[in-house]
Amino acid sequence: MEPLTGKGKMKRETSIYFILFAILSLLGGIAFGILGAFQFVIPKFFELIPFVKCRPLHVSMVIAWIFLSATGGIYYYLPRYCNVKLFSNKLQKIHLWIFILTGIGVIISYLAGKFGGREYWEFPPVLAIPIIISWIIFGFNYFKTVFTKTEPWPVYLWMWGTGIFFFLFTYLESNLWNFSYFRDHLIRDITVQWKAGGSMVGSWNMLIYGTAIFLMDRIQQDNRIAKSRLAFIMYFLGLTNLIFNWAHHIYIVPNAIWVRYIAYGISMTELLILGKLIWNWKRDLTKSLQDFHLLSVRFIIASDVWIVLNLMLSILLSIPAINIFTHGTHLTVAHAMGSTIGINTMILIASCLFLIPDVTKVQFSKRQSLTISIGFWMMNIILLFFWVALILAGYHKGYMVVEDKLTFQEIMLKIRPYLMVVAITGTVIFAGVLMVFVPALKLIKAYLRST
Amino acid sequence: MKLNTKRFIAGILIVSFFVYSIVIYTVGTRVDKGEKYVTEQAKKGKLLFQKKNCIACHQLYGLGGFMGPDLTNEISALGKGPLFAKAFLMAGSERMPNYHFTETEIEELIAFLTYADKTGVSPVKKFKINYDGTVNWKGKDETRD
Ligand code: HEC
Repeated sequence: MEPLTGKGKMKRETSIYFILFAILSLLGGIAFGILGAFQFVIPKFFELIPFVKCRPLHVSMVIAWIFLSATGGIYYYLPRYCNVKLFSNKLQKIHLWIFILTGIGVIISYLAGKFGGREYWEFPPVLAIPIIISWIIFGFNYFKTVFTKTEPWPVYLWMWGTGIFFFLFTYLESNLWNFSYFRDHLIRDITVQWKAGGSMVGSWNMLIYGTAIFLMDRIQQDNRIAKSRLAFIMYFLGLTNLIFNWAHHIYIVPNAIWVRYIAYGISMTELLILGKLIWNWKRDLTKSLQDFHLLSVRFIIASDVWIVLNLMLSILLSIPAINIFTHGTHLTVAHAMGSTIGINTMILIASCLFLIPDVTKVQFSKRQSLTISIGFWMMNIILLFFWVALILAGYHKGYMVVEDKLTFQEIMLKIRPYLMVVAITGTVIFAGVLMVFVPALKLIKAYLRST
Repeated sequence: MKLNTKRFIAGILIVSFFVYSIVIYTVGTRVDKGEKYVTEQAKKGKLLFQKKNCIACHQLYGLGGFMGPDLTNEISALGKGPLFAKAFLMAGSERMPNYHFTETEIEELIAFLTYADKTGVSPVKKFKINYDGTVNWKGKDETRD
């Protein structure tokens, strides 16, 4: 690594803080996930932070990783690579500060045992206020920036805008339970909660898939894909799914029956996305494989493989006849983990590995690249075992629940070996992530010293 | 694709998002078979259920954490019921924390679980699979209108 001192001070990028806190949040989030996984199989394990606190710490910190890294990337890429000037740097800084202060608030509230008890967002509802404000600020800054662009937008600008817009609305929607009209009617409450939650995941996927398309476009210096008709058709199909497919999470909740049919029908359009991926795979992959030596590209290729695997799983889980067995089991967890680690995290790591050397103007040394490569293989190979163990745990539980012969405790005892594999492989995945990010953190540290 | 076409499709989708949302908030979720059981006590119980983050380990309708059992039909399940639930709420277990609830709080939680029990069935164990991949089961389709 070449020293930066003596070259004169560079201006410090705000976006690097988004990335720095994103990485720290991911490391913390996985650590709590591992703790929780061991608590699952060994009761009374590490009682200082019990499961009821570990689980939300894990979920919130991992979600923070997704948002911080995606947002930091967007703030950085817009002015550098999208031919626009960021509307306001000041708003970007305010956004960062709100995020960090709210994040600290969330962590403190969990540790203190104060909850709001909603899935994904288990913190007290007052903390939703700064989050909503920060997204309004982000959206305002984003749209003020991109609407100055005169030439047609590539698809990723549409996707980022869509992600921000829909996140804001679905997040507001997820807070409707604060009104008794929603809260005191359990069926409505659960339906609206999972409508919001399902679409929200769709909205952050917009931010992330947009980032993946942006990166491939930049790295391969080819903007045809991002402007192609097919890219837009896929984008609109994704948006349709975001709006209408969420009810596959709640087939068994007794809301109106057509809610289920709409979700089932729309979910099946994902077959088109799957088909397109497989159809083009050979061509796209041959092209990307030429750049396999580039670290970012490598992570994107891995995410492509995980997209196909998870899409197959999620399409199966969306068929009511299969869902009736798999709902409420670790198969859902397999789907969630496969997507957040295999797809989202791989793409966002790719983005970090592109962005950090770009900001710091320092490339990874040969040794660092090797460490990152080993981390890459470790993460991906072990993730496969982790994922399959969850699928098997879910499959067995689903079958035993419907068969209705064993008690809850007996079923849990039977799937315990799988969950042990999950805890152990999870630990190895953590080691892989560390190998990827320790070199990256070193670059950031040197950069912060020199600016 | 022309810019206007893109704007048109995006516009339609955004409008349908809002329209569909309103439909879901109203007609899509009108029926609640447990309506009669939504007492003041049950409402407080629901908030308590959230404040103590029971969902980290338990599920309602299969949604939530998987360390503990689904509580949707705890109150009517064979061999369980309010007293059984009360025992857990009073003392916890090897895995479930003891929250040191007061008698009133326990009553509220039980009232909430009693309400939840009346709204439907989870997990579904008796069902019929149709050729198109859909499913019919008691607790959802049979009692519809
Ligand atoms: C840390 C996880 C955890 C939390 C948090 C938790 N529970 Fe439990 N609970 C369990 C487990 C596990 C069992 C099953 C008994 C066992 O295996 O120890 C259980 C059992 C129960 C039972 C008996 C159910 C049965 O059918 O066996 C009830 C009722 C219950 N919990 C209610 C609650 C309520 C209400 C809350 C929130 C105030 C709560 N639990 C919070 C883990 C938890």
